[in-house]
Amino acid sequence: MGGSVKVYVPCDAAALSVGADETAAAIAAAAKKRNIKIDIVRNGSRGMLWLEPLVEVATPDGRIAYGPVRADDVETLFDAGFLSGGDHTLAHGKTEDIAYFANQQRLTFMRCGVIDPLDLSDYEAHGGLAGLRKALTMAPEEIVDAVTASGLRGRGGAGFPAGVKWKTALAAPGAEKYICCNADEGDSGTFADRMLMEGDPFSLLEGMVIAGLAVGAETGFIYIRSEYPHAIRTMRRAVELFSSAGWLSDDITGGGKRFDIHIRVGAGAYICGEESSMLESLEGKRGQVKVKPPIPAISGLFGKPTIVNNVLTLATTPIILAKGAEYYSNFGDGKSRGTQPFQLAGDIARGGLVETAFGVTLRELVETFGGGTRSGIPVRAVQAGGPLGAYIPASGFDVAMTYEAMAADGAMLGHGGVVVFNDSVDMARQARFAMEFCEIESCGKCTPCRIGAVRGKEVIDRIIANESRDQNFEILSDLCGLMTDASLCAMGGLTPMPVQSAIKHFPEDFGG
Amino acid sequence: MVTLIDTSQEPLIREICDRHQNKPDELLEILHDIQATDGYISDGALKIVADALNISRAEAHGVVSFYHDFRRTAPPQATIKICRAEACQAVGSEELAHYAEATLNTKFGDAAEGADFGLKAVYCLGNCALGPAMMIDETLYGRVTPERFDAVCEDQRTNRRQ
Ligand SMILES: Cc1cc2nc3c(=O)[nH]c(=O)nc-3n(C[C@H](O)[C@H](O)[C@H](O)COP(=O)(O)O)c2cc1C
Ligand code: SF4
Ligand code: FES
Repeated sequence: MGGSVKVYVPCDAAALSVGADETAAAIAAAAKKRNIKIDIVRNGSRGMLWLEPLVEVATPDGRIAYGPVRADDVETLFDAGFLSGGDHTLAHGKTEDIAYFANQQRLTFMRCGVIDPLDLSDYEAHGGLAGLRKALTMAPEEIVDAVTASGLRGRGGAGFPAGVKWKTALAAPGAEKYICCNADEGDSGTFADRMLMEGDPFSLLEGMVIAGLAVGAETGFIYIRSEYPHAIRTMRRAVELFSSAGWLSDDITGGGKRFDIHIRVGAGAYICGEESSMLESLEGKRGQVKVKPPIPAISGLFGKPTIVNNVLTLATTPIILAKGAEYYSNFGDGKSRGTQPFQLAGDIARGGLVETAFGVTLRELVETFGGGTRSGIPVRAVQAGGPLGAYIPASGFDVAMTYEAMAADGAMLGHGGVVVFNDSVDMARQARFAMEFCEIESCGKCTPCRIGAVRGKEVIDRIIANESRDQNFEILSDLCGLMTDASLCAMGGLTPMPVQSAIKHFPEDFGG
Repeated sequence: MVTLIDTSQEPLIREICDRHQNKPDELLEILHDIQATDGYISDGALKIVADALNISRAEAHGVVSFYHDFRRTAPPQATIKICRAEACQAVGSEELAHYAEATLNTKFGDAAEGADFGLKAVYCLGNCALGPAMMIDETLYGRVTPERFDAVCEDQRTNRRQ
């Protein structure tokens, strides 16, 4: 190799959406013109999305960051000697010293943005495969125990302890079991699953093989939403590479264990993120929610014991095995152990991914990391935890980001999305949208949700139009109660959360 | 609309089904492949798929109609998917949506076969820190201002002419 400088330009979809390909092409062309040999690596994103395209140059002192670098900026970067870390108005010093990054605790995302996502030796050089190697020496019960002891809870939204689920599936009788990775990531304001799949796909595959070893499953599926073509492509390629290296095979590294992974693509239905709906969809059916019990760990895909876990849950298990349960559980707060990749979105100056131990406050996320709004208009509200999560007023930002503290405040952490709205937001319109979204995405199985959402939207319209306000507020309140209590799943069951939190904290927006 | 069953497409559809071993659980994959080739799922195609997978046409139809991705009519020349979910709303996606309707003189959802552009509302493209976001085919765009929207449409038109 020697001689050629390594230049990193992300291939993450968010970076591409603001011109990373054009930037990479401009860098290649400028280097050629100047007869300089460089080696462009298309890495994942570091998660500092406001700086994308974030170009990094490997220097003897470490990687130096420049961003956002548009194709037009490239000539001036060369003029400034950026290949040896030269100063420039777009320079940010060492990537890992940027406060936003330095103040995180990156465990699940430790390699994302660092390595070439599809280079298995790079993966291994940065700690990859250590967890799986360890798991191959352990009994299934020991793997399950380690995951339980780590305190890892499901990152898909419900926060169910992963070890408990794995234990149930391990105990479930049957030779055929499945590991299904939920990569449907439909929540607005979330993109961590996508970033991980694009930036460190092997960690997910490694986690799935570990899950397979833990419960005795030999087949895995990754259900990726169709809105993520880049992630789909990367994961497909990663499966091929992982497979040809012997990590997915009939005889993993000669140890007599087998595992295989298939990629499946969703088709634009939010409800398919709900696990029973996802399993129906994986069977090629309508994604209709099923009544529980039985739970999937006992009877899931094709009626067999099935683990359904979120991308981040699975991708976190390798580090737990590699470094030990205690290492992981030492992070966190109360019953929320470990780290959570938060995603800062909406009107925010420094939007991106912040992985940090549970317990950070919402204010720290929005203000310290996020830097307030991008527009400069004051922050009015945050919607946390996706479209089914609560709206939180600025006065409530001191809440600690843990499952328990959020629940105590009538909110939820969900998949870790934090969407910032400025003062111009109309909360009545947001409440109406929550009902409308439920109407669009309801699977139609139960009446409180299917009909309730339509009625809810109509009632809010009447309130906005100032028709019989008191009476309509009462109707809305009854309706929300009914949806909460009588819906079959959290789609209908949680839609009242954004609606009622908006009314509670921002009554002035509902006319009158 | 007219629903002629085009028998010339049969070998192609059969081949797609074969590629998925005619397995009913791969129905979504099959439908994606057909739509990638034909632009939509025609009545004829649906009938062949049902036959190949040995499922009823009602079942196949039920699946197609459940998912927002699948089209039952021929598509416009390009479909612009604009994210209308919360994080993009927070940075002006509704204004962008209205601008798009006005400049393209079309409404969300009702683009006719072969039309210049169709507009489709989607709910999150995973680009929520760089909204408003939109997608055409597999290309994702972030921070879409009206100016950028116009430029992207113009690029599309130019590429078509080439
Ligand atoms: C309407 C609805 C949508 C959901 N969407 C997702 C999703 O996109 N991704 C996800 O991992 N879990 C989603 N879930 C949660 C899943 O049902 C399930 O709890 C999760 O995949 C389990 O994995 P975990 O324990 O690792 O979180 C959703 C739940 C509901 C009710
Ligand atoms: S609550 Fe809504 S999405 Fe859930 S099962 Fe009922 S109708 Fe389907
Ligand atoms: S909300 Fe628009 S991309 Fe996520």
